[in-house]
Amino acid sequence: MSSSTSVGTDEHPAVVLTGITKRFPGVVANSDVHLTVRRGEVHALCGENGAGKSTLMKILYGMQPPDEGTIEVNGEQVRFRTPSDAIKAGIGMVHQHFMLADNLTVQENVVLGAEALHGIGKKARARIIELSGRTGLNVDPGVLVEQLGVADRQRVEILKVLYRGAKVIILDEPTAVLVPQEVSELFDTVRGMQEQGYTFLFISHKLDEVRAIADSVTVIRRGTTVGSADPKTVSSRQLAEMMVGSELPSPETRESTVTDTVVLDVKGLKLMTPDGSRPILDDVDMVVRSGEVVGIAGVEGNGQTELVETIMGMRKAGSGTITLQDQDITKLGTLARREAGIGYVPEDRHRHGLLLTQPLWYNRILGYQTRKPTSKGIWLDTDGAKKDTERIVADFDVRTPGIDVPAAALSGGNQQKLVVGRELSGDPVLLIASHPTRGVDVGAQALIWDEIKRARAAGLAVLLISADLDELIGLSDTIKVMLRGRLVADADPNTVTPEDLGSAMTGAGATSASVQETGTAHGTAVVEEGEN
Amino acid sequence: MGHLRGKLLPPALAIVFSLLLCGVALIISGANPLSAFGAMVTQVGKGTTLVDIVNSTGIYYIAALAVAIGFQMNLFNIGVEGQYRVAAVIAAVVGGSIALPPGIHTLVIIIVAALAGAAWAAIPAILKVTRGVNEVISTIMMNGLAIGFSAYLIRRDVFGELRGNNIRTAEIPESGWMPGISFGGSGTMFGFLFVAIALGIGYWVMMNKTRFGFELRASGESSTAASAGGVSAKKMVLLSMLISGAIAGLISLPELLGRDHTFSLNFTAGIGFSGIAIALLGRNHPGGIAFGALLWAFLDKSGLALDNVGVPREIVTIMQGSIVLSVVVAYEVVRRFELASEQRRVGRELGTVGGAA
Repeated sequence: MSSSTSVGTDEHPAVVLTGITKRFPGVVANSDVHLTVRRGEVHALCGENGAGKSTLMKILYGMQPPDEGTIEVNGEQVRFRTPSDAIKAGIGMVHQHFMLADNLTVQENVVLGAEALHGIGKKARARIIELSGRTGLNVDPGVLVEQLGVADRQRVEILKVLYRGAKVIILDEPTAVLVPQEVSELFDTVRGMQEQGYTFLFISHKLDEVRAIADSVTVIRRGTTVGSADPKTVSSRQLAEMMVGSELPSPETRESTVTDTVVLDVKGLKLMTPDGSRPILDDVDMVVRSGEVVGIAGVEGNGQTELVETIMGMRKAGSGTITLQDQDITKLGTLARREAGIGYVPEDRHRHGLLLTQPLWYNRILGYQTRKPTSKGIWLDTDGAKKDTERIVADFDVRTPGIDVPAAALSGGNQQKLVVGRELSGDPVLLIASHPTRGVDVGAQALIWDEIKRARAAGLAVLLISADLDELIGLSDTIKVMLRGRLVADADPNTVTPEDLGSAMTGAGATSASVQETGTAHGTAVVEEGEN
Repeated sequence: MGHLRGKLLPPALAIVFSLLLCGVALIISGANPLSAFGAMVTQVGKGTTLVDIVNSTGIYYIAALAVAIGFQMNLFNIGVEGQYRVAAVIAAVVGGSIALPPGIHTLVIIIVAALAGAAWAAIPAILKVTRGVNEVISTIMMNGLAIGFSAYLIRRDVFGELRGNNIRTAEIPESGWMPGISFGGSGTMFGFLFVAIALGIGYWVMMNKTRFGFELRASGESSTAASAGGVSAKKMVLLSMLISGAIAGLISLPELLGRDHTFSLNFTAGIGFSGIAIALLGRNHPGGIAFGALLWAFLDKSGLALDNVGVPREIVTIMQGSIVLSVVVAYEVVRRFELASEQRRVGRELGTVGGAA
């Protein structure tokens, strides 16, 4: 494999994608994408969640065939049917979620599926030791993977693709799971390997990291490549504008509608990992008032998902209280909390929001199976559910041929409009919206923002979790920064910039007067992390 | 149009496929498939075969309903076999030892059987909810226990009595019987069949019209979405297992109340396992299950005729097995095809394919 890849002359770029288009039913994931990766460079692919980065990488890695367009590797046009075709052409992928067997050793994990290359014995071991130096992995190949930390596991993943002869390595959001110190170690490894002639495709939406590591940047927005930039000269602001685009509707809400009425009051909320070893939520205090949008900013995996699920009663808090409109709901189940007036737009609508093979009107009942208009006592009111689904379809502009089609047949944006419409039905007092516009089109995004603003003006309390910092700053009346299960800082959405917020999110501390660290205990936590 | 096609095409394909498969098996073994199948069909008109088929259909129907309730939420109640055995012996013991007016006596036996089945199912249900024990494993174990438990209960020093070469429980007095419909020499249809029909209707109403049915279906479709929608997974596991067990408890009643009036060593075993296959065949739908039960009963009863034409009767088992296997495959193939075509249709009607929305 490696011999054939080294035959290509140096004038040819490592990878060229031309006019790649990929359609899924009802939505175009990639349209006319152009991407050129030169040999030996670190090429960053930037874009928001749902912009089409992962689809593009799946196409390059042979997991999905493109509908149109060509792929060239080392100047030769190729057609990948399976990932093993891509591997043969020298392309390897390190997935965001590790694909390792914990109960096997490093060596076993690496040779698994590639036994034909160097066997499974001494030869394989020698090759692994030779390669692991390049990845910065300093463990014996006989060590069990379960004994390794996250950063070393990632190195094992890189080792796996090197072992299979990869020269071009796709890193899919590699820093999402790493702490800042590990990120800089990873970058050292990448640079070292780059000098040895490896090419990297680095997928990320974290602009600071992109500027730190990449030699060139391609920005992808709403499924298509919108341009390239030189990371040495471009600012994060400019990159963000390219990613977000100028046609993007503004999420900004100007005049404040915040009242004094406390709707949600969370006190001292704690949640431990299932094995009880460390806290996921650590002493969270929070108040959401009527007419107020409280935004939670944070790098993914810092407890936002768990916070929402604990407030929804899907996880059981270790200690602390949750009060909704003077009613203690700490001990109530999810259904009772919904009945008490919580609407919930989950972060993953497929897993938590919809019954995909069921018709739209059947989905209207989910979460409302005990209330009008979808039920009467122990009986379902299917007529009422259908009528109210028609209303949602009309009011929220859900593009569908009818309410009898299965939810899976709609595009992401229309599914999300249905979910938002449902959760704003039944007069909620609190709406919990997790990434409400993730992976939806511009039109749906604008509509969802409008609906949240309208509900807020009508006195709804909103808890908003979003990775889209512009959305967060634009919609929120108060922003809280979450880091390792704690609310570490407050930010004023009127003055804070995404850059300020970004540095607070990574625990680098307040860099602006707009961001105020909260509480002495939390303050020291940030300092401790700074010392790492 | 496509809706009905998606429901009827797979079983039709599966039956045709398994007929072909059995035909090949018959030819290899040196028999004429046409005469074999012909013998099976003409057997229906002979003696009590038709009534036997109908009776057997009712019994299989109840068994498959019991399994289907668990299937609706991806709960694999393999323990139906053990649940109805335990229910049968307890119902027979209780029915044979009490004296009540006609009607009430029968009703008490029915209730006791349902409670006994539910109680036997409650053990794996509680284990699953509190300790996370896989219900497949625990219900299989409970089946083993049920055989030993029922054998113990009919020992002569417990509740059993020796009658000829057979050990059995005390006979249920006539007040506890359920009369059937006699067709003279063609046999007697069990009265309990009407209960089976009522159960089917009740099952349909429960699944389609009640909150409980919604929660059951939602849990089966997506346990994560159901829990976000406020459906308690543990409550649903417990309830569906108990209802499944209660219905399983009724499986032996057509024979117990309409023919045998006692639990003996001649007890008909294996219906619980057939119920699993029939529920799969009928896609948990009350109508589909009725059809599957009828097919199963037909193969069982008219398969007896195969011995007369010199064909091993076991060919029926091959046919039953291949029907279930191919129906599972066919449903999955058709389901994927239908979903993809539905998505294309929606995309086409909205005109979004080809341009970002």
